[in-house]
Amino acid sequence: MFKATVIIKRRPKILDPQGKAVEQGAKLLGFNNVRGTRIGKYIEFFVDTNDKSLAEKEVKEYSEKLLSNPIMEDYEFILEKIK
Amino acid sequence: MKPKFGVIVFPGSNCDYDAYYSVKKVLGYEAQFIWHKETDLKNSDVIILPGGFSYGDYLRTGAIARFSPILDSIVSFAENGGIVIGICNGFQILLEAGLLPGVMLQNQSLKFVCKDIYLKVENSETLFSRSIPKSVIKIPIKHGEGNYFADESTLSDLEMNSQIIFKYSSGSGETSEVYNPNGSLNNIAGIINKRKNVMGMMPHPENACDPILKKTDGAFIFRSIAESFN
Repeated sequence: MFKATVIIKRRPKILDPQGKAVEQGAKLLGFNNVRGTRIGKYIEFFVDTNDKSLAEKEVKEYSEKLLSNPIMEDYEFILEKIK
Repeated sequence: MKPKFGVIVFPGSNCDYDAYYSVKKVLGYEAQFIWHKETDLKNSDVIILPGGFSYGDYLRTGAIARFSPILDSIVSFAENGGIVIGICNGFQILLEAGLLPGVMLQNQSLKFVCKDIYLKVENSETLFSRSIPKSVIKIPIKHGEGNYFADESTLSDLEMNSQIIFKYSSGSGETSEVYNPNGSLNNIAGIINKRKNVMGMMPHPENACDPILKKTDGAFIFRSIAESFN
């Protein structure tokens, strides 16, 4: 069994109005050094197999076909064997 | 011939009845609902992907609906030249399904926008816009994620092939940033595929058909579609 952690980030060129709004909050709190706040997604799940390359393939396809939209997002993942 | 409209119903669709009511009760065409788990389009001549919040807008708007069983049938229907119109969430689903290019981002203001807006008809040669008798129409929008985005080459392709049908504008048809309600690139409100049989638009024509609402410009779009069957 593997545990997968997928992190989805908005492509650098794409505006992130949510990150921008949150950063305004940072300014209000007095964090004057905070720059470039960007909000992404953190997704975790298990892959029930002992075959690492199969697990990797599934995580990749899941990330590309559904979890992220390649037009606006990039993804990266970590796969850990848990038992 | 009177076309038969098939309105697809997803869990979370909420403009499905409005679309059905407008095309059937107000405009007098045939209409039927089709549940998203079905695969048969039941001889529909036109498919409407209605507005709403399919699958709660989880992950990204339209991202999960795009894998509903009915979508495979809609993709083949469109590939064979069938007419498909996606409204609001329906537009978002068409983008996720790759039937139209680009993506929808959150409104620049981060706010849900609900108001009547003006649209400049940029291309009046398509089957969706042919019977619109004016260059600017008034139709409501109601969305939180209508900020259209595409990369530069896609955008220039859209402009070059006259695939942009509607742009947000002033009442007189001026398409400057001031009249952009959500941050959409080039004020884009509606686009069509290259083959010109699949259209997506964020504004809701089905909510501007019934004369009792004192706004009927949306009806021009459904009439346009219907007249292509004459």
